[in-house]
Amino acid sequence: MEGKIKLDIVTPHGSVLSEEVDEITAPGSEGEFGVLAGHESFITSLNIGVLTCKTGNKTEYVFINSGYIEVTAEKTIVLADSAERSDEIDAERAAAAKQRAEERLKHADNVDFARATAALERATTRIQLAQRK
Amino acid sequence: MAGLKEIRKRISSVKSTKQITKAMKMVAAAKFRRAQTRILELRPYAEKMQTVLANLACTVDTGHPLLEIRIKKRVEIIALTGDKGLCGAFNTNIMKAVIKTVKEKEAEGVEVGLSAIGKKGTDLIKRRGLPLRQSWTGLAGRISYLNAQEIAKDIIENYINETFDEVVLVYNEFKSALVQKVSVVRLLPLAKVVSEEPHEFSLPFAYEPSQQAIFDTMLPKNLEIQIFRALLESQASEEAARMTSMENATKAADDMIASLTLQYNKARQASITKELMDIVGGVEALKQ
Repeated sequence: MEGKIKLDIVTPHGSVLSEEVDEITAPGSEGEFGVLAGHESFITSLNIGVLTCKTGNKTEYVFINSGYIEVTAEKTIVLADSAERSDEIDAERAAAAKQRAEERLKHADNVDFARATAALERATTRIQLAQRK
Repeated sequence: MAGLKEIRKRISSVKSTKQITKAMKMVAAAKFRRAQTRILELRPYAEKMQTVLANLACTVDTGHPLLEIRIKKRVEIIALTGDKGLCGAFNTNIMKAVIKTVKEKEAEGVEVGLSAIGKKGTDLIKRRGLPLRQSWTGLAGRISYLNAQEIAKDIIENYINETFDEVVLVYNEFKSALVQKVSVVRLLPLAKVVSEEPHEFSLPFAYEPSQQAIFDTMLPKNLEIQIFRALLESQASEEAARMTSMENATKAADDMIASLTLQYNKARQASITKELMDIVGGVEALKQ
């Protein structure tokens, strides 16, 4: 188990991933960062983005919809509002959500601007990730 | 003995009641399975959150308004019930626990305020003539995280404004399909979180952007999750309770039908015997 990190991604809708991985790259609120085994313990919030984890020569991408990450030397916990593995993403739904968000942004006089922007960002990230595989 | 016609009527009415209770049981069973899946999915998240917060709490010494323990002047009790009845003692148990808690708090000399989630709790509190501060109804069936956020927001606002100094939630905790336990938990001030499995070595954590910022967003989040969890637990319990009570009602209807049928057959037999006696009596009379 030398050099491995135990990665747990949990959301209110269930656990998304629980694996031993070699390397993690996460979308922190202060910028993207990488984690290897033996990392200094720290806690930070996560933005909407893609978390990458590598095991051997296998790379997996997970969509993260903001949350928190707790890193300790041998264990990492991600608490996300929602998360999906790249193969679980519903590209059609994301495209529809993108359109909706853009629509709302166009005449965004009275709608919650921040909410629409966040929705747009989520949709775009999902679509990008769905296309990457 | 009741007339044949009346007994027949009763049998058919009990039969149709049985059909209803049976259907309700099946509906409750389906809803229960859905609710159970949701709560089982949420639990790991809620527990992990507690662990992370526990790690945070043991290194943080900055006072946060939601952690601060004030002198108790006014306590808010929130009763979490269902919107519908026909689920056994589900709602009554909550009310009993609420009344008990109110008495306890009053004995301590604190003022008590009440809020209710669910239509039944709202009605029961009103019927007792108790003052109701806030009530949230109509969330049964489609509980979403937004509901929990809304409730948490209201509670936090009022707590910070010092409308009350402690918040207690009374809800049915889901143990299994057959067991629900009424549980009384303190929501605010947030209890010092104690982790069950502390890290063997407690290296100081680093925080980005800052300890305070993380704490500020994570504490309300934790409250939302706790409320969301309670909502789901309560829903699973409610459907489980309804399932059991409808099952019992169906069984009771079966028993009733059996005893009514027996009564009906006896009455029928008696009337046949009586008619026979009449005929025999008539024949005898004619002979003479």
